[in-house]
Amino acid sequence: MYPKRISAIKFEVLSPQEMRRMSVAKLNNPETYDDDGFPVEGGLMDTRLGVIDPGLKCKTCGGKYGECPGHFGHIELAAPVIHVGYAKIIARLLSGTCRECGRILMKDDRRDKFIREIERLKALGQSYEDVLKEIFRITKAAKKCPHCGAEQLEIKFEKPTSFYEVIDPETKEEQKLTPKDVRERLEKIPNDDLPAFGLDPKSVRPEWFVLTVLPVPPVTVRPSIILETGQRSEDDLTHKLVDIIRINQRFLENRDTGAPQQILEDLWELLQYHITTYFDNEVSGIPPARHRSGRPLKTLAQRLKGKDGRFRGSLSGKRVNFSARTVISPDPCISICEVGVPEEVAKELSVPIFVTPNNLDFAREFLRRRESPKASYVIRPDGKRIRVIDSNREEIAEKLEPGWVVERELMDGDVVLFNRQPSLHRMSIMAHYVRVLPYKTFRLNPAVCPPYNADFDGDEMNLHVPQSLEAQAEAKILMAVQEHVLSPRFGGPIIGGIHDHITGLYLLTRGEKKFSKEEAMDFLRAVDLSEIPAKEEYTGKEIFSFILPKISIRFKAEICQGCAVCKEEKCENDAFVVIEDGKLLKGTIDEKAVGAFKGIVIDEIMRKFGAAVTRKFIDDMTKLAIRVITRLGFTIGIDDEDIPKEAVQQIEETISEAEKRAEELIKAYREGNLEPMPGRSVEETLEMRIMQELGKARDRAGKIAGRYLGMDNSAVIMAVSGARGSMLNLTQMAACIGQQSVRGERLTRGYAYTHRTTSHFKPMDLGAKAKGFVRSSYKSGLSPIEFFFHAAGGREGLVDTAVRTSQSGYLQRRMINALQDLKVEYDGTVREQTSGVIVQFKYGEDGVDPMKSFRGKALDVKRIVKEVMGVKE
Amino acid sequence: MSYDAILKEYPLPPSVKQEIKEELERLKPKKNVAKKIVDLCYQAYLSNLIEPGEAVGIVAAQSIGEPGTQMTMRTFHYAGVAELNVTLGLPRLIEILDVRKNPSTPMMTIRLLPEYAKDRDKAREVANRIEATHLKDVAEIEVDLREMSITIKPDREAMNKKDLTIDELREKIEKSIKKGAELIEEKGIFVVKVKKDSYKVLMDTFEELKELVVMGIKEIKRVIIRKEGEEYVLYTEGSSMKKVMKVKGVDFTRTITNDIYEIYEVLGIEAARTAIINEAISTLEEQGLEVDVRHIMLVADVMTADGELRQIGRHGVAGEKQSILARAAFEMTVNNLLDAAVRGEVDYLKGITENIIIGQPIKLGTGDVELIARLGVRR
Ligand SMILES: [Mg+2]
Ligand SMILES: [Zn+2]
Ligand SMILES: [Zn+2]
Ligand SMILES: [Zn+2]
Repeated sequence: MYPKRISAIKFEVLSPQEMRRMSVAKLNNPETYDDDGFPVEGGLMDTRLGVIDPGLKCKTCGGKYGECPGHFGHIELAAPVIHVGYAKIIARLLSGTCRECGRILMKDDRRDKFIREIERLKALGQSYEDVLKEIFRITKAAKKCPHCGAEQLEIKFEKPTSFYEVIDPETKEEQKLTPKDVRERLEKIPNDDLPAFGLDPKSVRPEWFVLTVLPVPPVTVRPSIILETGQRSEDDLTHKLVDIIRINQRFLENRDTGAPQQILEDLWELLQYHITTYFDNEVSGIPPARHRSGRPLKTLAQRLKGKDGRFRGSLSGKRVNFSARTVISPDPCISICEVGVPEEVAKELSVPIFVTPNNLDFAREFLRRRESPKASYVIRPDGKRIRVIDSNREEIAEKLEPGWVVERELMDGDVVLFNRQPSLHRMSIMAHYVRVLPYKTFRLNPAVCPPYNADFDGDEMNLHVPQSLEAQAEAKILMAVQEHVLSPRFGGPIIGGIHDHITGLYLLTRGEKKFSKEEAMDFLRAVDLSEIPAKEEYTGKEIFSFILPKISIRFKAEICQGCAVCKEEKCENDAFVVIEDGKLLKGTIDEKAVGAFKGIVIDEIMRKFGAAVTRKFIDDMTKLAIRVITRLGFTIGIDDEDIPKEAVQQIEETISEAEKRAEELIKAYREGNLEPMPGRSVEETLEMRIMQELGKARDRAGKIAGRYLGMDNSAVIMAVSGARGSMLNLTQMAACIGQQSVRGERLTRGYAYTHRTTSHFKPMDLGAKAKGFVRSSYKSGLSPIEFFFHAAGGREGLVDTAVRTSQSGYLQRRMINALQDLKVEYDGTVREQTSGVIVQFKYGEDGVDPMKSFRGKALDVKRIVKEVMGVKE
Repeated sequence: MSYDAILKEYPLPPSVKQEIKEELERLKPKKNVAKKIVDLCYQAYLSNLIEPGEAVGIVAAQSIGEPGTQMTMRTFHYAGVAELNVTLGLPRLIEILDVRKNPSTPMMTIRLLPEYAKDRDKAREVANRIEATHLKDVAEIEVDLREMSITIKPDREAMNKKDLTIDELREKIEKSIKKGAELIEEKGIFVVKVKKDSYKVLMDTFEELKELVVMGIKEIKRVIIRKEGEEYVLYTEGSSMKKVMKVKGVDFTRTITNDIYEIYEVLGIEAARTAIINEAISTLEEQGLEVDVRHIMLVADVMTADGELRQIGRHGVAGEKQSILARAAFEMTVNNLLDAAVRGEVDYLKGITENIIIGQPIKLGTGDVELIARLGVRR
């Protein structure tokens, strides 16, 4: 079947005739239901407009509720009314055309020149708004009609729907133009002049901007709901339409009985108000129409607008079936390409089997099964859906034949899409293979946390089951986890070891640790290996090599301290990694080797052996690391931050010294002896110098603490290997928290009139303590004043995060909107699909996919050279 | 032996060719080995090419947008130059993509002609010509309410420092006061007498004179001289490319500003594209975020594709989409629909959002393939 496509949608303005033609009923009764609860004829719930009660039938098409799509009705307005959405255009037209003859206030040749310019820009797909503005400026200024010579008066537009004419330029006396006057003037504008105002004469006549007929949407778009009390509650649109009909009828009655002009005018105004708010209830200048409860009504514009409106809420993003959501938790035992699905979820979700002669028996099997995975529904070729229950299983299984669809429960090996919001990049939705597991959470391998940006502090994730074979094939080939190990953002791995994986491998591979045969076997138990050379003892590096594919690579590890001259293999820190032919000869495996984002080894395996081998390596690596860390034991406690007395002493001294230096700077400043830095005031200089001094003091304190903590300290191991935390975190725990800041400055705000932060200090105190320097460590605890300053600094961080997420979210939305229609064509160019504009002649100037690139470079020349020539560096 | 002949046969990008050439010249392999290397490189290049149908725009938007959440918001005190405040992080990135006409911290990097670049005094001389000097910086200004006059006492020392003569100063003041007042000079002191007997006029004139730029460029608030390698480089707070380029001693071929719109106006669209790329890269790099240049290039190309600098967003690329439905789904839903009706616009449903809205497959990736298997025909 070739899928049908809609080729185009044209937008036009409805004419009154069109509105009447598409209407099935003229409505004039403000009542909706009669006393028996039946819809009133000629009322807003007229059954000719469709039905929402299950018992009734549509009088137009005969369809029942759910079958009839609904039909439009109309209201004949007793007096013309301005359409708010077009009021601005009406204003332009009134001031731009002659009040007598209706022609544009411009000579024909000039008009034609402008129209040609508009046509030109239109053809180029560019905005011609500026041309329209120019025409408006010229025509508005015209004092006399160039066609009939009539004097022109200034038109005043008062939002939202009133028009006035200044009849005396001297006294500024104004006369109101009724919608009727406006409509008469608009009628006079000839079609040939319309393009100059940006109007397409084939799609619109300006007088249609003044409504004489109002279409009434079918009841199906404004269904009433029955409250728990049994009361009927009408839709906001119905409420508004009732108001319109009521006023419309009252206007008619009053006019027929010859009521005074004033009363008629008031009613006309009221009708205008109701119709205006029916279109848009957020128009500035008039109060919004409210529900009895005081809540503003949600009328047409409000239904379309905004995040939850029709466009963004129901059309661009839709609710779906075949999906599940629950809390996630980690499971290091499953592969990165799997997802653990709770039994309960697996029973609820289903996958269709399209029955053919080839899989008939396979499908029957599910129908006959009594425990999961079993069939839950069958769909006959005529579209009828039958629920499979134990009593009809056999019967259906007998009847089953090609062309039927069997919906079976989810089972191991099914492909599903797994997603965590916010979906900021394509790795936020990846395809996993199902593992049905007990308990109630989705399980995922911790190595896939980075692309989802997931943790397990209560995060929830969504799961979707693709329902067609095409979708399943696409999911397996394009969306599988292993296809996304490399990020298209920077061409490096985004899936890799985290936290314990890194610590585990660090503990395993650092130095020349020896492990007994038993230990080694225990480490490798979870890994699928076919052969291990028999030995009594294995080094950690040997054990790691067992899971390593045959790659050769040399690089500096994360723990490298950045020696001035790298001693490479001879690094006494074991920080230079040498892997030859799949053997780890030298160096420690840490974040730089296998971490997400950095993982050089993962990167290399991916390039050399592809996705499947990489997946296996990451699986093995994480399993090995977890077993190592479990077996060796790794823990951290509050006493890990204990430092000896002499260290505390040294830290105290360092900080006191810095505080003293700050005092000296302040003294110099007070005495006017402080030399300002170039381009800075003395005050700024003082602040910067103090910040510098105190910053240096904290760094020194950290160094001292670091010296005493040593490389065996668990926290230090985590920090240097890149598993978690940083040396700064450690410094703050063990030595000194340091300067707190708000907006990059020391804390200054507080008691403005005495120039101090809190009342514990003397006025004008500029010292370290008084302006947010926290000399305590987290371990030793903060003084109340320090605690207060710390909270002030911490608050800024929170505010910052909150503001940032909303701002970057909007930036992302704008960028997606601007760039979504770009595509690489078969000729290698990048084009915008709607306009056909060539944006790039060759994607990225070299045509290379950033994901496949070698960290941005088109290809890894050095490796090819090395492979061909077989030379070492 | 030259390897150019071998390389010439392969349509590789210049940067790759250069790298291969360097490697070959370093290792000097035999011709057949070199040929093999280049051939393998070409194979690798071909396999690294982007695939047709790839949604490069979306990938670019995601690659730049995703790290946005990790960026900081604050304005920092430095970016190489400690003395200048520069907007960084997310606000700066937004500023670049919005093509803001007045960036919050305009800044120029001015390099000098060889004869000025080596010498600190010469560089200072250029800096003086650029940095805005206000009258209040080189003179004491006072109002005499009784006489209805303003006295200006030039500060000789400050003027010497700036290389400003009394004659030049007088000329500037005369030009500023025009007809409303007269200038009298007594013993090196200027007196400005207001003609109209009005305190308002007097005080207005006073305020104007205080802020009168007697030397330099109005927009450039501060100039900082730094030595970089062998030469002195000027960094400025404030930016005015047009005026700075004309200053004697400035090497305008190596002078840039961080105001992208200004670059567009002065140097044109291609320069603007380069500026967007450079500014975006340096903003992301400063935050320690790795983003492939190709993504940034694509964004810059979209912004400059039709010869005009267009922002990402409502008043630019996203707002000028051909599709009515796509525009309506982005921002200003109701207005877009009303305007489309008046203009009789047609949505040809070629883009992504439109097709999502009406529930059709999109023309990207696998959705773009027109090959269809006919089912039910089996051999
Ligand atoms: Mg969380
Ligand atoms: Zn019907
Ligand atoms: Zn006329
Ligand atoms: Zn080293």
